[in-house]
Amino acid sequence: MSTPVLKVENLKVHFPIKSGGFLNARTLPLKAVDGVSFNVDAGECLGVVGESGCGKSTLGRAVLQLIKPTAGKVVWMGENLCDLSHETMRQKRSDLQLVFQDPLSSLNPRLTVAEIIREPLYATDASMTREEADTRIAAIMTAVGLLPEMRNRYPHEFSGGQCQRIAIARAMVLRPKLIVCDEPVSALDVSIQAQIINLLRRLQKEYGLSLIFISHDLSVVRHLCHRVMVLYLGRMMEMADRDSLFAKPLHPYTQALISAVPIPDPAKERTKEAVILSGDLPSPMNPPSGCVFRTRCPKATPVCIKDAPAIETLDNGRQIACHHWRTL
Amino acid sequence: MTLFQAQSESQLQLMDAAARLKGRSLWQDAAERFSKNKAAMGGVIVLGLIAIMSIVGPMISPYTLEDLSWESIGIAPTMENSHWFGTDDTGRDMWVLTWMGARVSLTIGVMTTFIALLIGVAYGATAGYVGGRTDNLMMRFVDVLYALPLLFFIIILVTVFGRNIYLVFVAIGCVEWLTMARIVRGQTLSVKRKEYIEAALASGVRTNTIIRRHVIPNVIGPVIVYVTLLVPTNILVESYLSFLGLGVQEPLTSWGVLISRGANALETAPWLLLIPATFLAITMFCFNFIGDGLRDALDPKDR
Repeated sequence: MSTPVLKVENLKVHFPIKSGGFLNARTLPLKAVDGVSFNVDAGECLGVVGESGCGKSTLGRAVLQLIKPTAGKVVWMGENLCDLSHETMRQKRSDLQLVFQDPLSSLNPRLTVAEIIREPLYATDASMTREEADTRIAAIMTAVGLLPEMRNRYPHEFSGGQCQRIAIARAMVLRPKLIVCDEPVSALDVSIQAQIINLLRRLQKEYGLSLIFISHDLSVVRHLCHRVMVLYLGRMMEMADRDSLFAKPLHPYTQALISAVPIPDPAKERTKEAVILSGDLPSPMNPPSGCVFRTRCPKATPVCIKDAPAIETLDNGRQIACHHWRTL
Repeated sequence: MTLFQAQSESQLQLMDAAARLKGRSLWQDAAERFSKNKAAMGGVIVLGLIAIMSIVGPMISPYTLEDLSWESIGIAPTMENSHWFGTDDTGRDMWVLTWMGARVSLTIGVMTTFIALLIGVAYGATAGYVGGRTDNLMMRFVDVLYALPLLFFIIILVTVFGRNIYLVFVAIGCVEWLTMARIVRGQTLSVKRKEYIEAALASGVRTNTIIRRHVIPNVIGPVIVYVTLLVPTNILVESYLSFLGLGVQEPLTSWGVLISRGANALETAPWLLLIPATFLAITMFCFNFIGDGLRDALDPKDR
């Protein structure tokens, strides 16, 4: 196994939330991400899945230092990014890029495509000549499947899928080593989703990219990712390589997630055993005691209320946080 | 038939390629919508005419600003003697006075707004973008200045530095930027959370560049509208300063000065009030129409 390029250790992101009135004002932490650790290898795609509000996006932004983590380490190529000053971090940013969910709102409507893609180039290398930049812009536009002649157009003249290609081109033009994709396809329709996913996969192979692919769409994750991490309420529930996770989910939450994916065969769909979770995600300001999933877990026992499960690492590197996974 | 098809197809491709080369920016779209707005375009044309006349007008007339004459005091508008707008109580030609007044009033309106724009946009965008404690401090400072009465401020400036027209520019500009800063800050707060700002941050773009390239172009729409409404406001402010004797100094004149003197002679020589007041009103209407047109043209909801 290759050495990891990114090591995240015990990452915590807490947002202070003011509550109460003027006299009894208190600040409570909202624990968006609470003690998550993982590695990403060179050329690997790590999927991060979980329902809305479980801290997926916050995790991605904390890795890129767009949100300052409260505690923990983000070690990139042996260097802890959390310790860097704003300016040193700014210079590191060419290695780590981000692709957003909503393609149109992630592009400045007042700039042309070429200006949008050129911006990161000038930001990281002020000495770059215009010709050099133009060559690279044309090359990257071709690589993501856009015609270089479209360079002087504006984002609102493109379709959603094309806008996402522009956003990917902007992220790729610096030749980064890691891209955090924050639900890059959930705003697109299915046929375009497939194009974008295949584009990401191709780019990943060609350039040896590492991806952190945040999504709530398990079928997309299954198609693209090598390993999958399941988040719930800011904590890791289970992490395993794709095949073993989908073949035999061990954590009750993963089981519920996977059984919620519709099967495109009505006969099978009708007979499948679905684990349907009741209730909503608890408030991250006031998480349940013990195991955070216990309020909705069909297998919860008194020990789940008392103690938070430790993360166990299995032989094949699979990690799981559950008291009862052996008996399920 | 097939040949014809092939030809038209290749032509289509050519046209398509040509269309691809140049995109249409949001500004171009807005300009087109604006040019279709009759009231706004009328405003632009009339305002342009007034601006041209303020330059050319005094040259057409045989009289100058300093020509006083005992024989021609208080002549009503007439085609004789080239006193097209009549004369005032010192025998000066109203045509010349009106257009010279237009010069001063328009200049003051535009210059003060420009000063307010510069300070307000820079200040508001910085406060809004940086946010947090800086924002709080900067905006409380604006609140403090708001509490200071404009007139009081200008009287202090005039007493300290003496009466001079540039001082009026600075004084009005320095007061009017406050509202501009508030508008820009509010807009910046909403733009700041947009994903393209985060994308720029993630690409390592410097804060100054983000404010200049991403924040300001996207907040400028409502600001432009406010600017066109601020110009007439500032012309009015100048006119009441002049009315109180704090504005421009004789023999130089402005619409405000003319109106204040015309008001005194309303019963005997109504044209002294009516002529400058009409032009002031027309100018106000023009700016307001332009402002409305710009707001409609720049409003993204219309798209």
